[in-house]
Order: sequence, then structure tokens, then C-alpha cells
Amino acid sequence: MLRILRILLWALVVTSLAGVGTYFYLGQQTGKVQPLVTIGGPFKLAATTGETVDSTGLKGEPFAVFFGFTHCPEVCPTTLYEMSSTLGKLGDEAKNLKVFFVTVDPERDTLDFMNSYLTSFDPRIVGLRPSADELAQIAKTYRVFYERVPTSDGGYTMNHTALVYLMDREGRFFGTLDYEEKPEMRLTKLKRLLKEG
Amino acid sequence: MKFVREIIVAVALTVAAFISSVAHAHDYKVGSLVITHPWTPEPPMGAKVAAGFLKITNEGATDDRLVSVTTDIAGNAQVHGMKVENGVMSMFEIEGGLVIPAGQTVELKSKSNHVMFMDLKQRPTKDTRFKATLTFEKAGPVTIEFKVEPMGSSHEHEGM
Ligand SMILES: [Cu+2]
Repeated sequence: MLRILRILLWALVVTSLAGVGTYFYLGQQTGKVQPLVTIGGPFKLAATTGETVDSTGLKGEPFAVFFGFTHCPEVCPTTLYEMSSTLGKLGDEAKNLKVFFVTVDPERDTLDFMNSYLTSFDPRIVGLRPSADELAQIAKTYRVFYERVPTSDGGYTMNHTALVYLMDREGRFFGTLDYEEKPEMRLTKLKRLLKEG
Repeated sequence: MKFVREIIVAVALTVAAFISSVAHAHDYKVGSLVITHPWTPEPPMGAKVAAGFLKITNEGATDDRLVSVTTDIAGNAQVHGMKVENGVMSMFEIEGGLVIPAGQTVELKSKSNHVMFMDLKQRPTKDTRFKATLTFEKAGPVTIEFKVEPMGSSHEHEGM
């Protein structure tokens, strides 16, 4: 019961965010409306490159960030794959675009493991591994839902938000890529991010 | 002479077409169930899980259930449901087995129900196949082969 309530609450959050996103987007067109809810905020996380990524150091460059885990059968590999093919199509136009894959399962996803997993994708995609506390923090700032679901074999899987967040060069929310979106749409959105973000 | 050669070519082409259609069909029958085109997208490097997709048609008059899946390549396999709602992906075990209603086709496909291979012992690589045994409540066990396709092949498969 509690779980259903939680899901409903989060669904409400996501729905209202989508609304706010549209509002914000329309606002950008007219230059009048200010965002009501902020999505995103500074983070400082250990990366698969061996460094620590400090988002405040990204000022001046738009970036994309999404959340997932490697024990994910379809959504995460597909998102990574689609992001890779879009980056491939953008080519040099996006040569400095940073794309972050933040694990919601830091327990199993070590940096080494993520690093080898990500060799299957575009090298511009960098894995980030938060601690449990850091994860709670970044999920809160990005309004990301994640929950651990036990499986009958004694293991677990994760439910999580599958949106890709596009952030502008000031680190502000610019838009999202949705899971079921057409490749042309993704390409258009990323081009816009690079140009106007 | 020319005529004979034409006939030979025609027969050869027919046989080739037949063989390739059979190879493409990649079907299995067990009891009144027909299983079509089991496939897996190649998982990323080192992945511990993979998804399996297939179509099951029940040509019989009674419902059946897919109760278990086993394979040597994975420590464990389960039938899962999956949905993406309001941007949130959630996945759940289908308890009591996946029902295959009489006279209907159930599709395990991208963004939906799938076989979840967990604790992978080896990485299924594209253009290879691996065996798995599906067990149905009524039709019993059947050993099939999952075809591993390149990553990103989440497109619709018409599996003839
Ligand atoms: Cu699953």
C-alpha cells in the first residue's frame, strides 16, 4: 500500500515536472516565464575516468545526465546505445559534450565495472558512482525516482527514472530526452542544446 | 540443354529459398504451442543480465503457462514484466508464470514482458546462439535457441 502511494506521489512529481518543463520551454520562447521548480544542481562525484567530476567546473559547457544501473536488461543499455548513436551522428559538433551516466546501484556498480561496461558505448559517456548519500542528494536535486526491488532469487533490481536530463551551459535544466522518443527528435534536441543551451 | 540447366537453377533457387525461410522462421513446436524467433540483444561488455524476447502462440483450446526458463549461460532466469510510466521504468516478476491464453499469441518484446537472464556466466555475443529450456505447465519442457542480435535491435521482429 505504502509502495503504491509512493509510486503515485512520484508519478505526480514527474507529471508536474513535465508540465513545468513545457511551461519553462514556452517561457523561453517568450522570455517571460521563470521556472517554478528547479531541476538539477551542483554535484561532485567519482567518475570512471579516475577523476572526480565537479559540475561547477562544467560552466560554459552544456551537458546531459541520466540515471541507471548495469544490472538493467533493456532500458539502460538502450538509452546508452541510443545516446551513442546520436553522439555519433553529431560527430565533431558534440565533441566536447559531456554525457554522464549516474548509477543508482552503487553497491554493485563499481567504477571499474562501469568503466568496462561503458567500453561498449561512445567514449563521451562518463560513468559516475555516488555513495548512497550522494545518490540520495543528486536524485533529490534532479527529481529522480529510484527504488530497490527484491527478486525471488534473493537478489534485487532497481526501478528508476529513465529520462535523460539536458542541462545548459549555466547548469540549468534545458529539457529531457524521453525513453520512447524517435532518433530524429533526440538529434534535434541535442543540436538545440549545443546551439542554444 | 539450356532448358535442363534452367530447370536445375530453378530447383536450386527454390530449395535455397525454402532453406533460408526455414532458417529465418526459427520456430519451435511443443504440444499446441508455437514459439517464434527467440532473440536477445547483445548486452554491453561485462553485463550480468540480458533480456530475451520471443513470441508464443497457443493453438490449443486450453490456457497454458510459461512457468520457468533455464539456460547454462545464466545462473538464473525469470519472466519479468516491464513498463515505463511517467518517465519511470519499473520491472516486476510475473508471479505464477506467464499465461498463454488458448487461441492467442503472447509476445515477449522490447519495453514489455521479457525473459530476464541474470547472473550471466558468459556474454552472449552477436551472431551466436545459446540454448535455453522453457517449461510450460501443460505442454512441458522445450529446448530452444536464442539468437543474439546486435545491440540496439529493439525493432519489431516479424519472425515470419
Ligand atoms: Cu527484467
